Amino acid sequence: MTSIGVLQIAIFFGLILLCAKPLGSFMARVFEGERTFLHPVLRWLEVLTYKVSGIKEDVEQRWTTYTAALLSFSIFGFLLTYVLQRAQGFLPLNPQHFGAGQVPPDLAFNTATSFVTNTNWQAYSGESTLSYLVQMAALAVQNFASAAAGMAVAVALIRGFARQEKKTVGNFWVDVTRATVYVLLPIAILGGLLYVSQGAIQNFKPYTELTTVEGAKQVIAQGPVASQEAIKQLGTNGGGFFNANSAHPFENPTPVSNLLAMFLIFVIPGALTYTFGKMVGDTRQGWAIFAAFSVMFLIGVFVCYHFEQAGNPIVANLGVQSTAGGGQPGGNMEGKEVRFGIASSALFATVTTDASCGAINGWHDSYTALGGLVPLFNMETGEVIFGGVGAGLYGILLYCILAVFIAGLMVGRTPEYLGKKIEQKEVKMAMLAVIATAFSILVFTALSSVISFPVKGYWNPAGLATANLGNSGPHGLSEILYAYSSGTGNNGSAFGGLTANTPWYDLTIGLAMWIGRFLFLIPLLAAAGSLAAKKKIPSTAGTFPTHGPLFVGLLVGTVLIVGALTFFPALSLGPIVEHFLMHSGKLFSAILTPHLFWS
Amino acid sequence: MSTTLMPPQAPVNNPHEDPTSLLPKKLVRARPLFDPEIVRRATKASFAKLNPVTLLKNPVMFVVEVGAALTTLYLARDIFTGARGLGFEIQISIWLWFTVLFANFAEAMAEARGKAQADTLRKTKTDVMAKRITSSGKIEQVQGSALRIGDIVTCEAGDLIPGDGEVIEGVATVDESVITGESAPVIRESGGDRSAVTGGTRVLSDQVKIRITSNPGETFLDRMIALVEGAERQKTPNEIALNILIAGLTLIFLLAVITLQPFSAFSVAQAGAGTVPTVAVLVSLLVCLIPTTIGGLLSAIGIAGMDRVMQHNVLAMSGKAVEAAGDVNSLLLDKTGTITLGNRQAVEFLAVNGVSPEELADAAQLSSLADETPEGRSVVVLAKEKYGLRGRHIPEHEATFIPFSAYTRMSGVDFEGRKLRKGATDAICKFVAECGGQVGGDVQEMSDRISRNGGTPLAVCDGKRLLGVIHLKDIVKGGMKERIAQLRTMGIRSIMITGDNPLTAAAIAGEAGVDDFLAQATPKDKLEYIKKEQAAGRLVAMTGDGTNDAPALAQADVGLAMNTGTTAAKEAGNMVDLDSNPTKLIEVVAIGKQLLITRGALTTFSIANDVAKYFAIIPAMFMATYPVLGKLNIMNLHTPQSAVLAAVIFNALIIIALVPLALRGVKYRPLDAASLLRRNLLIYGIGGIIAPFPGIWLIDQLLVALRLA
Repeated sequence: MTSIGVLQIAIFFGLILLCAKPLGSFMARVFEGERTFLHPVLRWLEVLTYKVSGIKEDVEQRWTTYTAALLSFSIFGFLLTYVLQRAQGFLPLNPQHFGAGQVPPDLAFNTATSFVTNTNWQAYSGESTLSYLVQMAALAVQNFASAAAGMAVAVALIRGFARQEKKTVGNFWVDVTRATVYVLLPIAILGGLLYVSQGAIQNFKPYTELTTVEGAKQVIAQGPVASQEAIKQLGTNGGGFFNANSAHPFENPTPVSNLLAMFLIFVIPGALTYTFGKMVGDTRQGWAIFAAFSVMFLIGVFVCYHFEQAGNPIVANLGVQSTAGGGQPGGNMEGKEVRFGIASSALFATVTTDASCGAINGWHDSYTALGGLVPLFNMETGEVIFGGVGAGLYGILLYCILAVFIAGLMVGRTPEYLGKKIEQKEVKMAMLAVIATAFSILVFTALSSVISFPVKGYWNPAGLATANLGNSGPHGLSEILYAYSSGTGNNGSAFGGLTANTPWYDLTIGLAMWIGRFLFLIPLLAAAGSLAAKKKIPSTAGTFPTHGPLFVGLLVGTVLIVGALTFFPALSLGPIVEHFLMHSGKLFSAILTPHLFWS
Repeated sequence: MSTTLMPPQAPVNNPHEDPTSLLPKKLVRARPLFDPEIVRRATKASFAKLNPVTLLKNPVMFVVEVGAALTTLYLARDIFTGARGLGFEIQISIWLWFTVLFANFAEAMAEARGKAQADTLRKTKTDVMAKRITSSGKIEQVQGSALRIGDIVTCEAGDLIPGDGEVIEGVATVDESVITGESAPVIRESGGDRSAVTGGTRVLSDQVKIRITSNPGETFLDRMIALVEGAERQKTPNEIALNILIAGLTLIFLLAVITLQPFSAFSVAQAGAGTVPTVAVLVSLLVCLIPTTIGGLLSAIGIAGMDRVMQHNVLAMSGKAVEAAGDVNSLLLDKTGTITLGNRQAVEFLAVNGVSPEELADAAQLSSLADETPEGRSVVVLAKEKYGLRGRHIPEHEATFIPFSAYTRMSGVDFEGRKLRKGATDAICKFVAECGGQVGGDVQEMSDRISRNGGTPLAVCDGKRLLGVIHLKDIVKGGMKERIAQLRTMGIRSIMITGDNPLTAAAIAGEAGVDDFLAQATPKDKLEYIKKEQAAGRLVAMTGDGTNDAPALAQADVGLAMNTGTTAAKEAGNMVDLDSNPTKLIEVVAIGKQLLITRGALTTFSIANDVAKYFAIIPAMFMATYPVLGKLNIMNLHTPQSAVLAAVIFNALIIIALVPLALRGVKYRPLDAASLLRRNLLIYGIGGIIAPFPGIWLIDQLLVALRLA
């Protein structure tokens, strides 16, 4: 690791820390319905939204109604996105004349699911598949909507802890509107402008064709990129305009835009911890969660950075410079952009998988075994290290419930968190969410690692599901595991290597996304409802303390152990064994089989 | 003030009152943990519990049993196909069955201890002949089992009381050692709060008429037997929630292990080496990962918790009540008998101006003659010692004794046209005013002075003449202050309940260091106080014995009724203290906490254990496919077989090793939550991660030394 690399990580973390309190207390005011400095400018928009859609601002919903609202919102979004994709050929803003042929039903299902669930897994390449209209009216809209929905769920759960003896948890429509109008829109506009200042493009031009110095023809894709970019990061969506995502110079032109991207990913999840503390009336509780986030984030980023900088001993043995210095980055630069370097790439990979963003600025498939283990493990914990907007907070609160329930008894009281007794209902719901996640990742990965289809058939033209792998050996298993972890975790980042755009993968990863989003979030909303109805028990010297370093340690331990215990067997057959094999001189090359290129 | 509000004295000198610990060192009726008879019974029961239908209640152990059966089936197949090297499979099968048996044994041990106690009780339950009084007043002999609620029986010296009831006439000494284990006889008399008698106890002297209050099969003794036997045992809410957690974890590990099969199939194909793990190995991994330790011990912990309460001579009507005791935020402690020694002594007569001390002493003595409480007696004694007044006998027909009531808060006698009363100053002043007398200023002043010093003033009047004040002195029990301070450290507020006036109450409260007090408390005040605390989200525990305590006992989350109390009080509470020692409430809270801590500690330990087991089994599983995974074999276990076997054996043995801990409970220290958590996390969390490493290593060494693997 180099000092400049460590400094980059420190600066980034400092920025997030700095913004947690101001943005966090601002969001608390927004969701409590109090006046903020943006009200004079934006209140009309909020009111207009209510008027147009017939939302009653003062009417609150029970958790069941809240969930129904969320589901109908998501299903409507899904249908709209699906139809817009399939009908793109008949719609304007389509200079490249893409049609339904580019988006067969399975891909359209996968993509619509992907954007509605805040996953933004992309089985397609944006520049060769979707029109500008679809990118903007379908995808970018869902970038806002799915992020706002995530925030709404988090806020409903916070209310569960903050309230007592209440039947309602808030109004979904109001929460979504406020999240969009006061939080997402202003920051996205600001972020978009900053992107443009860094050189991200923003136009509706057809693609540029030019002749290179060698005389070859090259097509350069264009489009309204900058506007999409800001919300892609801010909403922890991660769906790139181009296939290369944030590695593409039009999406992420400079180290500054790279820092901006990572900042936008973490800024809301970081600040939501403060919002949480503020709303439950004890900011120490929020800071404890922030601290737990930070500990896990820093462990991850330094493990990843360490192994990337250490590089591959086999390459080093060939005489390639492996240490930084003399203008050389050293380490493992394969799949990384030179304008970002190792530290910023490792940081980006960690950030994007800690949060449920999934934007990438490098090729995770090319990371070293353990460097690539970090993003994989981050997703498998349920993305509770800062996490997705809203999703990170409600995810970590689930772990808080589990941690308190497992260890809380050791203070001689039945478990309670923030004065709320953690009982049957909460434990049941928390376990349901954890089981759903584990089920989706493990069962789909297991199926894909053995299932076989007729060659050139519909489901998977290559036959064996494993025929779509980019690499053999344990790295191949990592590729499948990564795909379903990414889908279930609603992350959307691609390890790469796996050819995922076949009906089998489109369908199963799509299902994984539905499971990962809704079977995680509905149980938590149910818990919110039951928590809100409970009395708050006053805190005494006998109360389990949930704000000190001890609790932070316990929470981190619970996340790591529950995550590790579930996935350690699978991981040991993937990245862990690959790491050992690399050190004993064995690598796994790409399998170049012709049938991968059937299209 | 109130002389009869005081709860009856505990018949025992209290061996438990050690100020440094809330748990007594010496247990009443404790039996050795591994009593041979109990172990024999439990061993037998462990096999009976293998029945999958009963085991289904415990999802973790059910999964282990299915795994054991599956492994055995594969073993049988391999035996028939004549496969070689079956030693490993045989051993795995045996140890998997042992795992289930050990868990069953833990539960059976806890149950057998209860059953042994029930048997002792049942022996005392012989059907006796009862002398029923018919409506015409004649006495007829009937079987005790023929008695119904409302029947009236008579019992005299030497008779066994045929059923639970209430004394409606007479006074008798009763031997209740059958249910309390305490040989000192107790007094039972009609009226007041000492009227309840229990079937199966023996009248030692005198004769009483008893109204039967329970039907056969529903008596206190019947219920007690059912409770200790665990027949009525229902899982407590926290236990159910914990069961959901461990069942959920079991499901997750089931997923992790089942999917490992295809993962390894893929890996084997890719590496072109090794084989897919056998069913025996996969089941071993599963059994090692699912929380068998807590799964096997959970119900034993619950039963043992009830048993521990029982050993303190407290009968908890449900496990839920014990759990609630651990959660209590506010303890309502009766001042008298709990915080102070019961016997307040009269130390001084303070006459008002114009009344001679002798006249006051005389009136005080007369009004106290029928007062059998220690206070009443101390007034008579003081009058005799200081003024030479001998106790006189007042013929009953010439006088009307006015008993104390919680509403009038005074008692006395109407005798020779005089209305002698003693009681709370404000109550007496009111009485004097009602009789048309003047209330002099110095009585209030004298009362206040006594109160400020922590004493209790008892005003005395003769009709409309206010005579003076008796100074009763209260003595805070030794060690009480420390105990209350400990309670505060544990986050429990203690509230002193007293009939005293606010000034007196404040002085004692200050001396004892309680957090709050409720002075001049009527039963209604108590009830209101409890409701107020509960509305603020607090759980409240209290003791009580009188019928008028019943509503508050029912309202409280933990209501500890005194065995000497009325049937109504015992019905209302969710625990009965057979020793009738109100200080027990503090111990009950400690036991509740201990129960919860034991549960949490073993859950944490169980989950933390998994880390080491992974390091034993995963490299062993894939050694042939990926020899480099041997680097994860940090314990340096000999062979893949010895590694898997060692992990399975450790997993089984740890259950047995922890049975004593589950039955006895972890050591409880009255500390604040943060210190407790730090301590227990270190021992059971970090310790749980570390402990299996040397354990598994040692077993591996032994297996190899014994040539078993």
